[in-house]
Amino acid sequence: MTATPLTGAASRFNPRLDRRHRIGKVFEIICFLGTIAALILLVLLMIRVFSEGLARLDRNAFFAYPSQLNPQEAGFRASLLGSLWILILTVMMALPIGVGAAVYLEEYAPKNRFTEILELNITNLAGVPSVVYGMLGLGLFVRLMRLGPVVLAGAMTTALVILPVIIVAAREAIRAVPQSFRQASYGLGATRWQTISNHVLPYAVPGILTGTIIAMSRAIGDAAALLVVGGLVFVQADPGLFSRFTVLPLQIFFSIGQPQLAFRQLAAAGIIILLIVLLVLNATAIYLRSRFERQDRS
Amino acid sequence: MQRLFTYVAVLKDKIALNHHHLCLEVGMSATPLIPVLAATNVDVYYGSFHAVRGVNMKIPANRVTAFIGPSGCGKSTLLRSFNRMNDLIQGARVTGVVEYHGKNLYDPDVDATEVRRRIGIVFQKPNPFPKSIYENIAYGPRLSGFKGDMDELVEQTLRQAVLWDEVKDKLHQSGQSLSGGQQQRLCIARTLAVQPEVILMDEPCSALDPISTLRIEELIKELKQKYTIIIVTHNMQQAARVSDMTAFFNAELDDKGIRYGRLVEFDRTERIFNSPKEKETYEYVTGRFG
Repeated sequence: MTATPLTGAASRFNPRLDRRHRIGKVFEIICFLGTIAALILLVLLMIRVFSEGLARLDRNAFFAYPSQLNPQEAGFRASLLGSLWILILTVMMALPIGVGAAVYLEEYAPKNRFTEILELNITNLAGVPSVVYGMLGLGLFVRLMRLGPVVLAGAMTTALVILPVIIVAAREAIRAVPQSFRQASYGLGATRWQTISNHVLPYAVPGILTGTIIAMSRAIGDAAALLVVGGLVFVQADPGLFSRFTVLPLQIFFSIGQPQLAFRQLAAAGIIILLIVLLVLNATAIYLRSRFERQDRS
Repeated sequence: MQRLFTYVAVLKDKIALNHHHLCLEVGMSATPLIPVLAATNVDVYYGSFHAVRGVNMKIPANRVTAFIGPSGCGKSTLLRSFNRMNDLIQGARVTGVVEYHGKNLYDPDVDATEVRRRIGIVFQKPNPFPKSIYENIAYGPRLSGFKGDMDELVEQTLRQAVLWDEVKDKLHQSGQSLSGGQQQRLCIARTLAVQPEVILMDEPCSALDPISTLRIEELIKELKQKYTIIIVTHNMQQAARVSDMTAFFNAELDDKGIRYGRLVEFDRTERIFNSPKEKETYEYVTGRFG
């Protein structure tokens, strides 16, 4: 695909078009390979999980309690409910606190050395392994506040895990609100809160929801923090706010550890359930986000 | 804010006394001008940067006052100190006195929120909210607890901004779906809806095409019947066309080599353009620099 040089081209240029296009092509191929590699891994995982678990993905898998004696008919009822309890409580706690912190940092706090250090630390916290938060939760909520290793303590700990993620995402979303809207609002005689509640937050909602999706995905897949706080791997009762609990990743972990084939199949079915829950949550958040975006434009 | 209103009443008499003085100052004798805003020794700082220095001027009521001058001469900065928009910029500080009907806007008992309702502002780039045309207008009055008939107010302000006929059938469409010139008129209408007395315009036409610009200029001439208007513009023809008074600002270097803005000359527009007192003004309006 060598292009013929156009006549009358100035001789002071050395376009080397072939070389420039070739470099572009190489880079495109590298990017494509990256995408394919990620896709292949995902497909392999899916094939493995589905071939093993699909047969076991029956009514029992969702609605039966786990059993050590009878894995063929056992299910994930306790851990599914546990995961939902923890997840919903976590979001209920982390979302308002996280958005509040983000609003404060972006709209109220002065920009100085102190807030800069604060920002850096929050960003760093988003990358801290969840087992560290587990230690904090164990010390603070389970022992000091004497909640015990219950659902509430687990949810509070998971909230700590995802709080930095939500703060960072919400700040990005708030910062993306055009300054001109704030100026127009203040210019009409709006107070700070009127400006935040009428313009900044509504405009930032889609971005905040995107961050929340990521945070929720992290929360539901997280096992380490809950294990430290006192999550069990085997529970045969429905959870409540102050009961002991297990969650999907923990029960999957338990099932994989068993030698029998039936448990391995059960684990695969559990992974599929986890993926379904994740998919439903993400779909809901995406639906909400697009609804808010449309509202904005109309 | 109650105090500001009573001040207005009390000061009406005082203002009357000031007429004569002001008339002399701006070289007018036929029409007495009532100052709405008066700046005395106003300096504006951004952090340690001393952006505008020593401005003294009186803005007459129901007139269009234009601020002209090269980039970086502080005209927008000064404009924004007239309704305390500079408060929103971290590190910005205003010293001196900006009086609105004799009351210093920077007194501790003055609420900047109420100042901005009475002294509205229109920005360089049209910035309607991502809401319907109706909601764009209704937002301001609602903030300040408007109790009257909102539909009527919306229609009235859109008519004032000469936008009603173009939008009356699509009041519930997004304000951002309008053309640039319509958006800017919507922004002007939005400002009118909170019933200000003064309207500050910060290069309101610089993002618009010539025809939209002309329509805004006609609107400005219309609006001065009821409002006092201050317009910052880079376009000298525009200043000559719409304004009664013109203030020429220039950027200068101080002894440390730092650029700052200074008011050079403030007079009737035809004087500024035809027989300015200062050489700098003459050079600027004749296009020697800037």
